[in-house]
Amino acid sequence: MIKTQGLTRRFGDFTAVREVSFELQEGETLALIGPSGCGKTTTLKMLNRLITPTAGKVWVNGQDISQQPVVQLRRQMGYVIQDMGLFPHYTVAENIAVVPRLLGWETGKIKTRTGALLEQLGLDTGAFAQKYPHELSGGQQQRVGIARALAANPPIVLMDEPFGALDPLTRQQIRRDFMELEELRSKTTIMVTHDIEEAFEMGSLICLLNRGEVQQLAPPEALLQSPANDFVADFVAEKAAQLELRSAKLRDIFSELPEVPPLQGTALTLSPTLPLLRAIYRLAKARAEHPLGATTYQGQQRYFTLPILIEAFKNNLQSWAN
Amino acid sequence: MGELITFFSDNQEKVMEQVLEHIGLTFISLLLAAVIAIPAGIFITRRPRLSGGVLAFTGILQTIPSIALLGFLIPILGIGLKPAIFALFLYALLPILRNTYTGISEVDAAVKEAALGIGLSKGQLLRQVELPLALPVIFAGLRTATVINVGVATLAAYIGAGGLGEFIFGGIALNNATMILAGALPAALLAIIFDQLLALLQNANARKLSKAGKPLLLIIPLLSSAYFWPQAYAPGWSAGFPPEFMGRPDGYQKVVDTYGVDFTTTILNNALMYKAVYEGEVDVISGYATDGRVEAYRLRQLEDDRHAFPPYYCAPIMQKKLTEENKKLTDVLNLLSGRINDSVMTVLNYRVDFDKISPGQVAQDFLKAEGLWQPDQKEGGETLIIGSKIFTEQYILVELFSQLINGYTDYDVDTRPGLGGTKICFDALRNGEIDLYPEYTGTGLQVLLDPPQDTLERIITQPDAVYRYVSREFEAQYGLQWLAPLGFNNTYALMMREAQAESLNIKSISDLIRQQ
Repeated sequence: MIKTQGLTRRFGDFTAVREVSFELQEGETLALIGPSGCGKTTTLKMLNRLITPTAGKVWVNGQDISQQPVVQLRRQMGYVIQDMGLFPHYTVAENIAVVPRLLGWETGKIKTRTGALLEQLGLDTGAFAQKYPHELSGGQQQRVGIARALAANPPIVLMDEPFGALDPLTRQQIRRDFMELEELRSKTTIMVTHDIEEAFEMGSLICLLNRGEVQQLAPPEALLQSPANDFVADFVAEKAAQLELRSAKLRDIFSELPEVPPLQGTALTLSPTLPLLRAIYRLAKARAEHPLGATTYQGQQRYFTLPILIEAFKNNLQSWAN
Repeated sequence: MGELITFFSDNQEKVMEQVLEHIGLTFISLLLAAVIAIPAGIFITRRPRLSGGVLAFTGILQTIPSIALLGFLIPILGIGLKPAIFALFLYALLPILRNTYTGISEVDAAVKEAALGIGLSKGQLLRQVELPLALPVIFAGLRTATVINVGVATLAAYIGAGGLGEFIFGGIALNNATMILAGALPAALLAIIFDQLLALLQNANARKLSKAGKPLLLIIPLLSSAYFWPQAYAPGWSAGFPPEFMGRPDGYQKVVDTYGVDFTTTILNNALMYKAVYEGEVDVISGYATDGRVEAYRLRQLEDDRHAFPPYYCAPIMQKKLTEENKKLTDVLNLLSGRINDSVMTVLNYRVDFDKISPGQVAQDFLKAEGLWQPDQKEGGETLIIGSKIFTEQYILVELFSQLINGYTDYDVDTRPGLGGTKICFDALRNGEIDLYPEYTGTGLQVLLDPPQDTLERIITQPDAVYRYVSREFEAQYGLQWLAPLGFNNTYALMMREAQAESLNIKSISDLIRQQ
């Protein structure tokens, strides 16, 4: 889907990014993380050519992006930034419609799409479509920012600290709503964050950078289990416990779950790859009406209740800690 | 107020013409400045290294005093519309350029990054994001430039480009408050009206502003063309006259009444009109007979064959009281009596205007040649203030008087040369703000006394009779004393280029009419 090879950027004598290479498949999310000035934002901006690489190449669907017209390239990549950058003289609806309009969509189609996106991101179309950005809260503005990035249904989404400017509570809510977006499943997302928990929660791959160089490029759990060097170990050490939780998958404790016969009531089916905490959250949210969870693993269907799940998780946490 | 209304109704056509010229001057220059400064402002946001230099340069232009700037432009662009537009254009550049630059630079960096990131081209970024967001600031710049231009455009009258400054300068020269107001009031109104209209636009949001932009594109050129509406009809000889001549009873009106001649007049300042006629910008001017430039620019004085102008013999005038208190002072000044004839005065003027010798030096050389010069008496006496009008001859006369008084009496002389016009000198003398100044008999007769018509007709051809009349009347009416005439007659004279006069065989003002 998207691939980089030896991506390097120098500013004068200073090398901001050195030899960054990765490859992402459709539906994967790469979290670029590292301390300030590690080159994560520079790396991201080389993907849509806001910054020109000094060396190295980027391919999207096998095509070298330096050979493509830059404007067309960017219109196929959603772009979300920390400061939102909504156009202050455009209404919410006009902001979301910018790229579809540039692509020459019909008015009716634009309107339908805008309405659908607003609803999906939890903003009431009637109340928000005609408002101007300054009339919105920070969280609402960022939802509009995300809607604008997704409006033309780009296969790739680039996000530069998308939730960084928000307070922790709002940040968590938007992150959840964002991750629950159905259409995101098929998109390839590359995000920059300085929040390691966020990276672990959202990323299917983590790219940890320091001084412009990749320290480790691996799935979240690998950073904990087999850090590539001391820097990686130190970087994750402080929050190891939380990160363990975030990276834990339901399937890790699958064997602990009892095999029970189908019970009465509605079952909630969860993907075994989802992080455990999210699963617990969802179950807790649904506890009142949906006392059941169900999952499929290696062809077996297993049912569980919330207390059983939490018990299984505790047992595992102890074994991981040893 | 009543006088002002009368003035407006008497000069309806002229007022209308000046207002249109004024609007035209303001908007032609504004249009030019906008066409240059807005793209330039955008350009320097793309080349930040240039921005400091460009803004500093336009800033320096802004600090040049407007009169001086017009002065610089005359040798290059001549007089009239061109230098006026160019000067106004320069003044309008800075506010528009600076505001365009500021407006565009101040667009939130995040908004620009997001716009590029989601796939706007650079042109789309400019048109859809940067310009709409910068528009209120750019409009504020246009608004500042408009108000500056309405103000500075009054100075255009100094170099013959017309506008409401004609009334203002005429009024100042003649100390006629009504006339000054007749120019100043419409100018102030224009400034307020344009300012408020643009304020409305500036406060409208960007969306409405972009809609208003299109009609504006039509209106500004239309307003610019206003300058040329009054010029569609223009009869007779083209003439350049200073504001004072236009307003004096013995000036323009007298020539028109006496000869029935028709001119298309351009208002020019004293100092510029000789050059203007020499360079063919106008064909006729109202020069002074003793001016050094008459010779230098090869101008022909037209004979005043029907005596429109009285004789203008020059003499110092002062408070009667002062001559009685200090007989010595009168005697000292009378040393000059009859010593300066027309050609001597012309030479003195020439030395200042063309040899660029200071009036003080010229005066000293003359006094030495005449054996009248004495070194300065001791300091610390009473102060005597000598005034003058604003042309070369008067500057020289002030120096002659002051060097004599310094040399022969223990007065300390203070000079106030270059007062704006006859009325200003005269009022200053009566109020005791100056103690003496050189005046001309004809001016005293017609500008300051305005005698009955039959008296005027009886004495106008006899210099001695005019002198006796003004001496007597000044003493009786104002308590002012005319001292002995210096000897020269600096009459008003219509003048043309020698070559043109020769080829058309024009010797007198009557000939001028025949060639009309």
